[in-house]
Amino acid sequence: MPFIANTDTDRQAMLAALGCPSMEELWKRANVPAPTFDFSQLPEGKSEFEAARHLQHLAGKNATDLVCFMGMGYYDHFIPAAVAEILGQSGFYTAYTPYQAEASQGTLQAIFEWQSAICRLTGMEVSNASLYDGGTAVFEAMAMALRVGKRREIVISDAISPIFREMLKCYSANLNCQIKYIPACEEKSDQESLLAAVTDQTACVIVQYPNVFGTMEAWADTVGAIKAKGALAVCVSYPTALALLKTPGELGFDIVVGEGQPLGLPLSFGGPYLGYMCTSMKLMRKMPGRIVGQAKDAQGRIGYVLTMQAREQHIRRENAMSNICSNENLCALGALAYMTLLGKEGLRNVAELCLSKAHYAMERLTAISGVQRIGDSPFFNEFVLRLPGDAGEIAGRLVCKGFAAGMPLGKYYPGRENQLLVSVTEKRSRAEINLLADHLEAVL
Amino acid sequence: MKRYAKSHEWVEVVDNSATVGISKFAAEELGDVTYLEMPELGSEIKAGEMLGSIESVKAASDIFAPIGGTVIAVNEALATDPAILNQSPEEEEGWICRLEKINAADLAKLMSEAEYLEFVRK
Repeated sequence: MPFIANTDTDRQAMLAALGCPSMEELWKRANVPAPTFDFSQLPEGKSEFEAARHLQHLAGKNATDLVCFMGMGYYDHFIPAAVAEILGQSGFYTAYTPYQAEASQGTLQAIFEWQSAICRLTGMEVSNASLYDGGTAVFEAMAMALRVGKRREIVISDAISPIFREMLKCYSANLNCQIKYIPACEEKSDQESLLAAVTDQTACVIVQYPNVFGTMEAWADTVGAIKAKGALAVCVSYPTALALLKTPGELGFDIVVGEGQPLGLPLSFGGPYLGYMCTSMKLMRKMPGRIVGQAKDAQGRIGYVLTMQAREQHIRRENAMSNICSNENLCALGALAYMTLLGKEGLRNVAELCLSKAHYAMERLTAISGVQRIGDSPFFNEFVLRLPGDAGEIAGRLVCKGFAAGMPLGKYYPGRENQLLVSVTEKRSRAEINLLADHLEAVL
Repeated sequence: MKRYAKSHEWVEVVDNSATVGISKFAAEELGDVTYLEMPELGSEIKAGEMLGSIESVKAASDIFAPIGGTVIAVNEALATDPAILNQSPEEEEGWICRLEKINAADLAKLMSEAEYLEFVRK
């Protein structure tokens, strides 16, 4: 039986309210094909044991031990075992929304510390308690910019993650706004065109730092010019890189968002991941999501409470800053545990290792005949190679050798079919990099 | 003479310039006000349109324009000390904004103080 909670009576009542005689007619009017499913084609039921065995067999087909040179927003960083141990503490693991401050000090303090850590990493003044993932965080930044004033245009660099761009397109399909996409120039953002696209109707400009091709770019001047035109400057950032780079806060960005997965969360199909969002004191009341603040109780002892809740949906209903966000508490706690275990120095070491290993890999791979690097801009831990053939096909051949060699760009950037985005984290050894180079040379 | 809107704002017109605030009843219902979002200077607003919003410890509500006009001043003192709104919402220091080029016809749709008090009693 199909697991649909509505009874036939419910459906008839709803159809009557719509003035529609039948489901068939409803599909017709909605201009979508009626869903059909031939239940007679379903196989016989399986026992729990049989189902488990079947699923294990299917799961075994996943390649989980490839040497990973894939990135593009999600990275294979080492995660200390203590992160999982801390997450497994029942006080953290089972606790739900901490509305009751008197019963939730541990969770509230953890969120407060996460906010403080991500603020320091981004160089911003305030952070929320986290969002679902990087993509929704970028959308919330865009929605926030639309809330600040009456401007309805958004300018987006194509040098931000294509996954995020796809999400923005979907989420904003029914919003009253226009998005202008500015193509990237090879490995760089086209800062001049981004700025030129800003009009007196532009709510914000969204760029990525380092950009999707791994390029580290100087943004301070362009950010200043964007703001001088009355638009907000939004930065999508890779938090690990920020341990080393000038912070988006120092560069003058108004809103900083991104994917928190690199901070101690395992790579997994679709998550659970972690969005982070920071802004300035000036804009904090337009920021969506839960925020934890530090306060004092009647006896002067420090405590933690949810604050500025009047902007949130449980109070403001349809006028809330956002009705589609929540925080990703356990993931934020994991990221906090990771940052705390590594410390300031450790995080910086990880970033330095990523950077230097990526540069070694670039030298090693571009020494192969027929392989060139796109551009010569400074990069963090990712760079783009031009291969003498279809990058997807070549990467496919390397999978058979045990390597996920990188992200073929053609799928997201038409015309870049021969380009491969290679990412290197601290986990990649010199031997693995050398082996990748040998295999790549062999399969070309 | 103040006139009152059903959405709990008051307006007082002197020489074609209108001062707008929220009623004592509204201020009491809101509880301690923590933040005010003010209208933009120079914005032209019609009666019933959103002027700004008020956040208190227990709610956040929009402020609607009781009459149409152009915003020529906002009460900056409320930004630093929103508690003024609780202490004296209908006194001189509790005003929120001033409007000029007002649509005087809108005044007829508003209530007198006595009518408003009767309205909130119900």
